[in-house]
Amino acid sequence: MRDNKPPKMTAEHVDVFYGDHQAIRDVSIHIPQEEVTAFIGPSGCGKSTFLRTLNRMNDTVTSARVTGDIRLDGENIYAREMDVVQLRARVGMVFQKPNPFPKSIYENVAYGPRIHGLARGRADLDRIVEESLVRAGLWSEVKDRLADSGTALSGGQQQRLCIARAIAVDPEVILMDEPCSALDPVATARIEELIHELRGRYAIVIVTHNMQQAARVSQRTAFFHLGQLVEYGDTSDIFTNPREERTRDYITGRYG
Amino acid sequence: MSDAPPRTPTDWSGERMQRRIARRYRAERRFRLLGLAAIALSAAFLLVLLGSMLTRGIGGFTETRIALPLDLAAAKLAVDPARLKGRGADLALADAGLEEAVDAAANAAWPTLGGAALLSDGAWLRVRGAVEADPTLLVRRATVEVPVASAIDIACKGDGTPEAEAIVRALGDQLSRGFNRDFLTAADSTDPTRVGIWGALKGSLMTMFVTIALAFPVGVLAALYLEEYAPRNRWTDLIEVSINNLAAVPSIIFGLLGLAVFLGTFGLPRSAAIVGGLTLALMTMPVIVIAGRNAIRAVPPSIRDAALGVGASPVQVVFHHVLPLALPGILTGTIIGVARALGETAPLLLIGMRAFIAAPPDRLTDPATVLPVQVFLWSDEVNRGFVEKTSAAIVVLLVLLLAMNGIAIYLRNRFETRW
Repeated sequence: MRDNKPPKMTAEHVDVFYGDHQAIRDVSIHIPQEEVTAFIGPSGCGKSTFLRTLNRMNDTVTSARVTGDIRLDGENIYAREMDVVQLRARVGMVFQKPNPFPKSIYENVAYGPRIHGLARGRADLDRIVEESLVRAGLWSEVKDRLADSGTALSGGQQQRLCIARAIAVDPEVILMDEPCSALDPVATARIEELIHELRGRYAIVIVTHNMQQAARVSQRTAFFHLGQLVEYGDTSDIFTNPREERTRDYITGRYG
Repeated sequence: MSDAPPRTPTDWSGERMQRRIARRYRAERRFRLLGLAAIALSAAFLLVLLGSMLTRGIGGFTETRIALPLDLAAAKLAVDPARLKGRGADLALADAGLEEAVDAAANAAWPTLGGAALLSDGAWLRVRGAVEADPTLLVRRATVEVPVASAIDIACKGDGTPEAEAIVRALGDQLSRGFNRDFLTAADSTDPTRVGIWGALKGSLMTMFVTIALAFPVGVLAALYLEEYAPRNRWTDLIEVSINNLAAVPSIIFGLLGLAVFLGTFGLPRSAAIVGGLTLALMTMPVIVIAGRNAIRAVPPSIRDAALGVGASPVQVVFHHVLPLALPGILTGTIIGVARALGETAPLLLIGMRAFIAAPPDRLTDPATVLPVQVFLWSDEVNRGFVEKTSAAIVVLLVLLLAMNGIAIYLRNRFETRW
């Protein structure tokens, strides 16, 4: 493991319960800066649940309870004085199913900066919207129809719009929950390219079912199984030389 | 399983299969015909209702007039010409004895046919209006068209007593038909030729205003809180059951509640639009809450996630995303609830809105009545002139309901989101 830079996020001994059911057991992990971390594992292994603890999206589930210590730049995000709204602005999220607001393309991207007061005036907001769409690789396709509804775009375009929406608030970390599972291979390739381009600026965490995708886009890979973190390390090591039997079985397709 | 006989291949063209197919087709046809019949039946009922109301009610919007020869100069009305300008004119002419002069003119014109009895009680008011518009009528001979008494009006419209029909024949072309403008501007009266719907219409609009102003925000906020904020526990279950029960409570019970609470405890004025509105708001609110909750529940959770994901606060999620998306459904529910309240009679009778109100209300606390109560009151009148007025009032009520539904559909289409 390379540890030359301080980790962007750290999690120590995290447990997550849904009511009486324990979904995550004692997970400790360091999310590095400016790299892509992939969470892999069979369905129901808790990787999405764990991802959602990183920006406290699990707060919306009333029965969910999180214990342990999760820090963003050393700050405990479950501390009482942590403002959840600001946390989610700093830790953005892209969901499994593209979910643009049923508003114009412009409004979709401008919404985040607007509610956080990030733009000084109309021109500034226009600039943020353009910059975000350019970085999400969508600008050339939509620049002439910013007033059209975001829901009128194709699935892949919608997902890139959601990425543009997430980066418009200038987050430090982007969480992606199976961002390509609803997309065709061409759109998937575009999103993967995009992840490559974005990783220089943000810490990216991506949950994926697709092992090839994890191998292609990530520098670090974490393998989850039955709510536990089985193995975590450089992607090249995990895929070529896993230490754990279970990891090897999963990667070689023996189960999952 | 190896000893079981092999399955014979399915014979899709066999007779048994053909019979099955024919039976399936018959079932399809039967169901479609039943549906069509149901639609046709409801359409027929609607047509009969609207048709009978319109044919009967249309007479209520017209009046029979008689050409009254007037010679006010001969009647020697002592009117100060200076008082004929402005506000004092009505009083000046009444003080001068215009009503008696008009009766005298009628007695002189038709001494054998009944004289002043031919005219509506409101005939002299029409003359007064004519004099105010043209003061020279006071000093010259002229003919003024005035409304006739109810019995003559009915006979003229073809449904009168034999005596009245004889009078109509004798008068011949001195009678004419015209649009009854007073019906749209006046309030209730004891004389069917003088009644108007405006008092009740205005009362209905004011009552609706109070109802919507109270029930809509409270209902929507309650629905939002229950759906978006409230935890699921025994208390919220209890509240949910109570609201559902409240929506099913007979309306007259809300009337009793209004009587006890608003009139009894708070001492608000009787018969007032504000009390009617408050009572109907109690009745409408549960409907809005239920419709609102369904509409809010129909907003996809992915939109809430998306908004929370970019750091929107719960209130921002609700007001920027959930509420705008749920609004078409909420509005539909609101209109259904308010339309039901608009047609409600029973609870308003209990809070005194069945009083005879001869002047349109000006303030929310003025005594008022509403359209359905007016229909109820007129349908109860002995005088046959009220029959067509009742139908005419129903037409006005239906037009108001149609207008409200039109607004609802417009708003719904306006805010509707395409996914």
